[in-house]
Amino acid sequence: MLKIKNIHARVEDKTILNGINLDVKPGEVHAIMGPNGSGKSTLASVLAGREDFEVTEGSIEFLGKDLLKMSPEDRAREGVFLAFQYPVEIPGVSTVNFMKTALNKIREYRGQDTLDAVSFLTLMKEKIKLVDIDQSLLSRSLNESFSGGEKKRNEIFQMAMLEPKLAILDETDSGLDIDALRIVANGVNKLQTKDNATIIVTHYQRLLDYIVPDYVHVLYNGKIVKSGTKELAMELEEKGYDWIKSEMEVA
Amino acid sequence: MSKDNQVLEEFTSREYEHGWTVDLDSDTAPKGLSEDIVRFISAKKEEPEWLLEWRLKAYRHWKTMKEPKWPNVKYPSINYQDIIYYSAPKQKAQPKNLSEVDPELIKTFEKLGISLTEQKRLTGVAVDAVIDSISVATTFKDKLGELGIIFCSFSEAVREHPELVKKYLGTVVPPNDNYFAALNSAVFSDGSFCYIPKGVRCPMELSTYFRINAANTGQFERTLIIAEDDSYVSYLEGCTAPMRDENQLHAAVVELYAMKSAEIKYSTVQNWYPGDKDGKGGIYNFVTKRGICAGDHSKISWTQVETGAAITWKYPSCILKGDYSNGEFYSVAVTNNFQQADTGTKMIHIGKNTRSRIVSKGISAGKSQNSYRGQVHILKRAENARNFSQCDSLLMGDQCGAHTFPYIDVENKSAHVEHEATTSKIGEDQIFYCLQRGIDEEAAVALIVNGYAKEVLKQLPMEFAVEAQKLLALTLEGSVG
Ligand SMILES: Nc1ncnc2c1ncn2[C@@H]1O[C@H](COP(=O)(O)OP(=O)(O)O)[C@@H](O)[C@H]1O
Ligand SMILES: [Mg+2]
Repeated sequence: MLKIKNIHARVEDKTILNGINLDVKPGEVHAIMGPNGSGKSTLASVLAGREDFEVTEGSIEFLGKDLLKMSPEDRAREGVFLAFQYPVEIPGVSTVNFMKTALNKIREYRGQDTLDAVSFLTLMKEKIKLVDIDQSLLSRSLNESFSGGEKKRNEIFQMAMLEPKLAILDETDSGLDIDALRIVANGVNKLQTKDNATIIVTHYQRLLDYIVPDYVHVLYNGKIVKSGTKELAMELEEKGYDWIKSEMEVA
Repeated sequence: MSKDNQVLEEFTSREYEHGWTVDLDSDTAPKGLSEDIVRFISAKKEEPEWLLEWRLKAYRHWKTMKEPKWPNVKYPSINYQDIIYYSAPKQKAQPKNLSEVDPELIKTFEKLGISLTEQKRLTGVAVDAVIDSISVATTFKDKLGELGIIFCSFSEAVREHPELVKKYLGTVVPPNDNYFAALNSAVFSDGSFCYIPKGVRCPMELSTYFRINAANTGQFERTLIIAEDDSYVSYLEGCTAPMRDENQLHAAVVELYAMKSAEIKYSTVQNWYPGDKDGKGGIYNFVTKRGICAGDHSKISWTQVETGAAITWKYPSCILKGDYSNGEFYSVAVTNNFQQADTGTKMIHIGKNTRSRIVSKGISAGKSQNSYRGQVHILKRAENARNFSQCDSLLMGDQCGAHTFPYIDVENKSAHVEHEATTSKIGEDQIFYCLQRGIDEEAAVALIVNGYAKEVLKQLPMEFAVEAQKLLALTLEGSVG
């Protein structure tokens, strides 16, 4: 579904990604781990199509299409979803309104009719249950004076609403207490099917106790330096990132 | 090109939707202003002597006055002798009902999305339509009449209800109030009149649409709304004008009079032609709007969505005379290209325990200048008065300007006056967040701007809130990429 080949990317004059290769198939869950500043969010931004990051080399194929040629909104409409590490506030726009606009834009792109109020509400109710979010939150201004946990839960709610083919969760676990973490993980697990894929970007192993990845990759200095299964995450947790760093220096 | 600049480009490349003209056979005064012209207008309208005298007095006073220079706007001086002060689409006498109204006129309004045929109208909205200088149709008159509500054109009110007009005309905005009010008092041609009797809650929105069609013509309408004790009315005004290269002058006066426990809600969606993207043409919108809360526990609420006009000079105000009276001002003003707006309000607290609330949301783009100018004046006897003001500015691009001029005069120590102000930009982060959810940039900007203006938009009657939202979106519509 997603084929990342030798991606190099920079912001202004600074090269951040140094040749990333990654292959994600439908039904898979991949975890990308790595120390702060290693380029995890940059990779997520490149996938989502953020302009600030210039891809200087490499290619990305998504469902047989050249992802890099698509506008950010078309990527979203094709099924790429990014749960942001730092969701922004949009004053005066409720999550409900935001999702109604988004969903209808996506449906329009796919040649489907816009949802009427009743169908939208029914869908919303169903997803509220699925991700266990407080409904009153959805009528408030998007992310404005939300707690850290509420912001993250809201991102997962949006993901549930838009039913992406590829979901990228950027540090969705950070700032969550253990209960919130469980709820978020539970939501993600319920949304995982054999047809879609999830990339979980995280700094800690903690989230992976609840969402079991098929593969774990370690990103360091803009490169994937190690790949393995969930045991790799355990090893990282035990030995810390210094272990990777020193290994890299030796090599 | 940065995101902001792209947005700015879209802003400047969008087109004015109502820029067409219609060939209407019209009855027009010669250019220029003199006592003879004032007499001509009054004679055309078959007015009583007292009104002619009232106009002439205003005209003589106007001649002694100077155009105000304090607003934060720049424009070449206006040649008042180069303007046509009266133009009326020709009709066979006064239409008694819609079947007598020129079909071209009905079509003109239908093109604006305003149907004058009652069965096609949104139920619950009565409309008075004013084209150039005269009112062409008022709908739902009979139904309102049953409740004793008078809703008609100003000319008709002069004919049918002279005692009411004589009693209230100029009591809130005196003819010598300011330069443009004096000009209007001399040459006003038509407008709307509305009277709600004691204890009556007007069951539908009353609405007037103003349209300037003829070239070189100024529009000077006058609106007077009187709400007797314990009555309520919600009133909406909308306006458009064709695209023309020369500037056209619009100098209106609106007077609101609220008695004991009466409430008047006055909403405006102003979409005059703003001029082209190089700043050529557009309406000069110099308007005096004022309401008096004359009775105790009365309330006046102004809501305005200002998207058009080359220059806007407008301060809908409240005189809070009655004890426990309440004034509100909610405003969204959007400027782009070379538009200039200097708008705000005055809240004059005279009575005890009076309250006022000001919420102003400015949005500037292109090379426009957007100023909020507001005065809160608490007089000596206004024991225990309260004001809250919130003035926000949203900037798009870096070539526009946003300015705030709050004036606060407090003469009574028991007053509580709060003023908050913010300035922000539409962030690239916000746009990207929307894009990532499949919302294109144009829709994203519309969404963000409507969210920003929400506190004001939600004050509008439902039907019009949707209209205003679309208008804001339309203002931002253009060519992406
Ligand atoms: N917009 C930007 N401008 C300049 N440097 C950036 C920008 N975004 C990220 N970086 C830099 O790129 C590197 C990788 O950042 P990031 O992808 O956020 O790492 P991670 O998510 O793994 O913590 C860091 O050194 C960071 O400072
Ligand atoms: Mg990060």
